[in-house]
Amino acid sequence: MNSTYSVIAVAIVVTATVLIGANGLRLSRTTSDFYVASRTVSPWWNASAIGGEYLSAASFLGVAGLIFAYGADMLWFAVGYTAGYLVLLTLVAAPLRRSGAYTLPDFAEERLASVPVRRIASLLTVGIGWLYLLPQLQGAGLTLYTVTGLSPLVGAVAVAVVVVVNVMAGGMRSITIVQAVQFWLKLAAITIPMVFLLLAWQHDGAPTPTGPTPPAFTERTTVRVNSAVTVRVNEPVRVTVTGVVDGHRLRESPVRLSTGTHRIDQGTSVTFSAGAVVPQVTSIPATTGDQWALPLSGTSGDHSLYVVYSLIVATFLGVMGLPHVIVRFYTNPNGWAARRTTVVLLVLLGVFYVQLPLYGMFGRLYTPELLMTGRTDATILLLPARLIGGIGGDLLSALVAGGAFAAFLSTASGLTVAVAGVISRNTLRRFGITGFRVAAVGAMTVPLAMTLVSSRLSVADVVGLAFAVAASSLCPLVVLGIWWRRLTSVGAAAGMTVGGGLALTAGLLTLVGAAQPGWWMDLLRWPAAWTVPIGFAVMIGVSLATPGSTPPGVARLMARLHAPESLGLRSTADREEAAQ
Amino acid sequence: MSTVVSFLVGVLVGLAGLGIVVLSRRAGTARTRRDLGTEAEQVTYETLHTAWSAAPPLRAGLSQDTARKAARHLRGLLRAPALAITDGEHRLAWDGTADQHADAAVALAATAFRTGKVSVLGPDRVACADPSCTLRYAVAAPIAVEGEVQAVLTAYSAEESAGLARAAAEVARWASGQLELAELDRSKARLIEAEVRALRAQISPHFIYNSLTAIASFVRTDPARARNLLLEFADFTRYSFRRHGEFTTLAEELNSIDQYLNLERARFGERLSVTLQISPEVLPVAVPFLCLQPLVENAVQHGMEDRADGCHITILAQDGGSEALISVEDDGAGMDPEACRRMLSGKGDAGGGIALGNIDERLRQVYGHEYGLVVETALGAGTKVKLRVPKHRVGVHAT
Repeated sequence: MNSTYSVIAVAIVVTATVLIGANGLRLSRTTSDFYVASRTVSPWWNASAIGGEYLSAASFLGVAGLIFAYGADMLWFAVGYTAGYLVLLTLVAAPLRRSGAYTLPDFAEERLASVPVRRIASLLTVGIGWLYLLPQLQGAGLTLYTVTGLSPLVGAVAVAVVVVVNVMAGGMRSITIVQAVQFWLKLAAITIPMVFLLLAWQHDGAPTPTGPTPPAFTERTTVRVNSAVTVRVNEPVRVTVTGVVDGHRLRESPVRLSTGTHRIDQGTSVTFSAGAVVPQVTSIPATTGDQWALPLSGTSGDHSLYVVYSLIVATFLGVMGLPHVIVRFYTNPNGWAARRTTVVLLVLLGVFYVQLPLYGMFGRLYTPELLMTGRTDATILLLPARLIGGIGGDLLSALVAGGAFAAFLSTASGLTVAVAGVISRNTLRRFGITGFRVAAVGAMTVPLAMTLVSSRLSVADVVGLAFAVAASSLCPLVVLGIWWRRLTSVGAAAGMTVGGGLALTAGLLTLVGAAQPGWWMDLLRWPAAWTVPIGFAVMIGVSLATPGSTPPGVARLMARLHAPESLGLRSTADREEAAQ
Repeated sequence: MSTVVSFLVGVLVGLAGLGIVVLSRRAGTARTRRDLGTEAEQVTYETLHTAWSAAPPLRAGLSQDTARKAARHLRGLLRAPALAITDGEHRLAWDGTADQHADAAVALAATAFRTGKVSVLGPDRVACADPSCTLRYAVAAPIAVEGEVQAVLTAYSAEESAGLARAAAEVARWASGQLELAELDRSKARLIEAEVRALRAQISPHFIYNSLTAIASFVRTDPARARNLLLEFADFTRYSFRRHGEFTTLAEELNSIDQYLNLERARFGERLSVTLQISPEVLPVAVPFLCLQPLVENAVQHGMEDRADGCHITILAQDGGSEALISVEDDGAGMDPEACRRMLSGKGDAGGGIALGNIDERLRQVYGHEYGLVVETALGAGTKVKLRVPKHRVGVHAT
């Protein structure tokens, strides 16, 4: 695979982003007569912009990689990342917009009239933002590593620097049109190669990965292991090795890998003959094609059903806690536009996510060696060159790499702006724009430091953790805040702390590998199914126990949240207020 | 494994650091009470602390709710077994033991309410049928605001005590002071409201005359334009005269500015040129009603003053994270920075100065002092007025 085009594509994306940020390109007309009111952002533009910030490294690379590795159960990621907006649409979008809140801490303060609740929501927002930034940086490192072989740190640092410089230079104005273009770039980067891949696959006789056999190499393949792995071999296989296997240093030697696990050191090349079964890294369960394609067949652990429900709860309810998504809803002029935006967004995200399972399937057919190195996230980047080849394949790979980098940059800058906004609002307000810039550096430094020490964490796991924490803490706050007038400030604080704290603890325990495989492991790794109900229960229970701390004026606020603007209730209520 | 452990440590350190930053802002206000001082100092401290606790409810004005909250602390100040706050007809609050006395509180306070003097009441008026009840005496002290008795504070006791009478009178006077401050707050708010009303009615007669003349000049030559201008004029006046709501959206405010500029351009023609650079992201931001339009009017006035070659006005509204950054700039004569400072502090004499000072005051009152107007100007160098508006502030909603 020729990496030159990919490097050029990544360079173009980075340069364009820096230029747009540094020159403060407003892309707004500079004329002397136009009707300002007609220029509010339309739902289509806004939906594209939200998509631009939302489609992240986890979406772009992670979901296809997960489906490739673990099979049909992981389809729920693709479904959940989209369907979360359905929950947002029905329960949250319009009332949240009508509340006038810019961030969720704003909403907490508006609804509960409590500064401590605001502080807790701020801490959670910043924490979720950091957890979500971490995989963006990791994904960037992975992409640059896959297309150029540079150390994964280079990509992470590059994205961090570009984003921070951009934000400091004034690019923090998350310009709707730029973000919208980013979305269409990403959609193109995923759709155009898919068209060619489908054609090539048809030409290949449309093979399917199902069947009673495990994935095998279709042709003679040399796999280079770039970081040491332990693989499991289920039937003996003859290979040619240069490097270190099971502690033996070999050079172009034929080896018979017996049944069992083998350790392959960094820098080793292993050559397989056509038809050989792929030895799989131990962290990915070895499955036959049929098991892979069948839901709840145990590929995602012994408690597939629990895992699936936990996944559904986390992704469906976690979206509304993502800071960079929520701030974009503010751009809608009213509640109706917020709903409309969400509907359009559902369509746009649907078109995007429906393709990722196909990439997962192609990955299983054409890049099975990734099951051995464990880097299944790279499958989208490798497929065009593998399946199509030649300069066409290189160009398509370059398009994918550019799109992936656009994903890191836009999501990372959206998150940085949102996190920095929350930090500066709470601690550095009196310093104005300077405070915001200082906060931006802080917002990026922490996740970058986390990346430097955590290169082995799976992108998808950290994203899952961010979603689980959001679903267990901020989701109960928003949903109950909008739909339950007896929510109290004490209840909200308790629910957020308990729900978010439990999810965070469970996630971190998993990440440090504290749990042995089994029920405990699954409960900790997929905590949403129990932490979300606990978060809701604590919030409701404590609220009922502390009726005295109900904020004043709830009825009026509720009327404002739920009454459509066109009814004119808001102005009537405020006029009465003014008359008192 | 070591990498994941350090990752965990990194996460915790990061969160802890943020927590410390957030919480330390509160800790700064909470002093340790380890060193309590002499007994006299302690008594002073406790008295002042109790008085301070009663102040916030009273500063909100007198109602059942605030009286109830304040009564508890006032009773603590007087160390009385029971305390009532009544107005002429109703009992506003009762705090303490022996609830059977509560109903008679209004009648007991009647004399004090009528005369405005402290009255001491003996067992013949106070004592009740319950033999175990110790309340025998009461002191009723009037709470007056600006010379008019608004309420009566009645403190009960078991024995006749001159000390209680004096203390009750002083506490009532202190409460009067707080209520007068509340009244002051209300008048301040009313004043600002009145100034907004004045601004609304402040469309200058010159502007109306000039606009109508300009429109009239188009009636024959370009009837369609004349019609459009008339409609703009109607919309502009309707917006400026609207009666309700302290806040509006930036979009509406800019819309009104657009209409205003169209009318001014009809009059000045090519001599007035305008650059508008508006980020659509900030259009839904809620802003104080008429916080920009007077600035643009000032800019046009300053810019066109004594100039034949016309002027250029630049209006910017940009997205700045959690704030909107707005500026209005003209390339006119500028002004003396010192005069501008006087204007902003409300001592200005010119008509434009009132608008600047008023807008500055309203922004500071709504958003806090770090959000006042910033004016960059010098004689001959034009004027640039900048303001920041947070995207969200509790209680600020466009209507």
